[in-house]
Amino acid sequence: MAATTVFSSRSERGRGRETAARGATAQQSAERRRQIRRRSLRADFEGWGFVGPAMVIVLGLSVFPAVWAFLLSLQKWNGFSTPTNVGLANYATMITDGQLRAAVNHTVLYTALFVPTSVLLGLFLAVALNRRIVLVGIYRTAIFLPFVASAASTGILTTYLFNPQYGLVNNVLRVLGLPQQGWLENPSQAMVVITLMSLWGQAAFTTVIYLAALQDIPGELLEAARIDGANVWQSFWHVTFPQLAPVTVFVTIWQTIGAIQLFDLVYTTTRGGPLNATETIVYYMWKSAFKNLEFGYGSAVAYGLFAVTLIITIGVVLYSRRTKVEAF
Amino acid sequence: MSVLLSRVTPVPRARPARRSSSRWWHLLLAPIALLFALPFVQMFLTALTPASEINKFPPAFIPAHLTLDGFVRLFQTSGILLWMRNTIVVSGVGVLSHMVLCSLAGYGFARLRFRGRNLGFFAIVATIMIPTQLLMVPTYILFTRLGLIDTLGAAIVPWLASAFGIFLMRQFFLSLPAELEEAAMLDGCTRLQVFFRVVLPLARPALATLAIFTLLGSWNDLVWPLIAINNDQAFTLQLGITNFQGARRTDWSLLMAGNVVATLPLIAFFIAAQKQFLATMTFSGIKG
Repeated sequence: MAATTVFSSRSERGRGRETAARGATAQQSAERRRQIRRRSLRADFEGWGFVGPAMVIVLGLSVFPAVWAFLLSLQKWNGFSTPTNVGLANYATMITDGQLRAAVNHTVLYTALFVPTSVLLGLFLAVALNRRIVLVGIYRTAIFLPFVASAASTGILTTYLFNPQYGLVNNVLRVLGLPQQGWLENPSQAMVVITLMSLWGQAAFTTVIYLAALQDIPGELLEAARIDGANVWQSFWHVTFPQLAPVTVFVTIWQTIGAIQLFDLVYTTTRGGPLNATETIVYYMWKSAFKNLEFGYGSAVAYGLFAVTLIITIGVVLYSRRTKVEAF
Repeated sequence: MSVLLSRVTPVPRARPARRSSSRWWHLLLAPIALLFALPFVQMFLTALTPASEINKFPPAFIPAHLTLDGFVRLFQTSGILLWMRNTIVVSGVGVLSHMVLCSLAGYGFARLRFRGRNLGFFAIVATIMIPTQLLMVPTYILFTRLGLIDTLGAAIVPWLASAFGIFLMRQFFLSLPAELEEAAMLDGCTRLQVFFRVVLPLARPALATLAIFTLLGSWNDLVWPLIAINNDQAFTLQLGITNFQGARRTDWSLLMAGNVVATLPLIAFFIAAQKQFLATMTFSGIKG
């Protein structure tokens, strides 16, 4: 009995000690959990402290206005009166809007002129500049320098160079005995002039990207082609060009997205003229929103353009995936 | 985009070509280079040509006399110095703010572990897809309510930080080894101290790319100031010289002098730091 008592008491004591110990462990682990939580709270605090300020600015000036733009596109509003909800009426108007259709046509024309020439010119210039010949540094600087010219600056230069009366281009034509042209004042030439000057300003971009890609082509490949008896032309089209395919896809998309958003060079040269021949989608959107104060309709056009951009990008990416050209 | 992101120094190191063909390349390249140089040459020449010679017919290719009259008229009759100051403020604040905010955020996304990090970064990258013209109307309304329209603040705020900047800096910090920072932490530095004393000094190449990207974009920006600023006290250089085209349409030497003032700083900077510029261009399609 005593023994049992002793035992029991001992065991009780033991059990008591055990529970005490268990209680202590529970306390400790709760404490640790709290500590971890505090530490992870501190990590969250620290993390958001680092990324927060920039995120507020970036999201505040992109996601927030993008959502707002969609709401605006469902309204009719001039910025002063009370906005009225019109549902999808703005989008419906877009379909039948003749001026918008004309703007789309002008944009497509510019894109068709600009994108292939800028890609081919970039490829050509990169191949030409990618060799160790004397003066190549000067050639490079001359070709790359226009990249720093702003749209405002390019616009002033364009109106001067292509001025029908005293511009350099007509002056050269006159000396050569060729007929004088209207250039920016001629509806069928104005977009060509804008394309030429866009190329002047942006050839550097595609060229630099192709140059970088050319450096990455393993020398052994060209060496092997040469040993196999390929001439310069053949080894370019059968070795170099296929190696550049991902870059070609990339610059094509990039230049297309840029081209369908053309605005500033039009503004600084023709303001959409002559006879609206250079009025692009974004120019039309800007006019609707900020000249005619149709905030709702302007936003709808902007969303339409965004949708087209997305579709083109996704389409090209999917296509290049299927053809195994990994550009992205 | 990943094609490009792997390269931070794309500056062409020419591979030796067969010498025999170099003459042909010169015959091709020399006229092209000349054509590309021509508009700038015309810009400088016209800025220095007396008005009487510009409007003469037939026009001369090379002016008979050179004069600074265009610049004199520019500085005396326009607000060009004020606009220059405004542009320097916009670009200066933009570059500084980009370097601080984007590198902080880039570091946070690259190194720190916190809840919502991946979602936050995804949101930032997703905004790169949003075209700017979608944002113009709501941002205009927002800035009107904030009282920023027609002030220089309207031109400054959009350049404080960018998704591209955050992305660029994150990619750079991911490529840095973490050991140095861990050692500094063990020595008792706080995260912020580690960031400013250890990490930022190592980030110089990425910061240079970021600075050039921001400088080029903010200095040349026209569309947004055009919408947001209608008060010539708050004009930027680009806005000012664009406005000349309406008001001083026929005064070509003044127009070109303004053009020189607005463009020369970037031309000089490009020539001085060509390598860095090319690296920046490869990294992004700034003008696209």
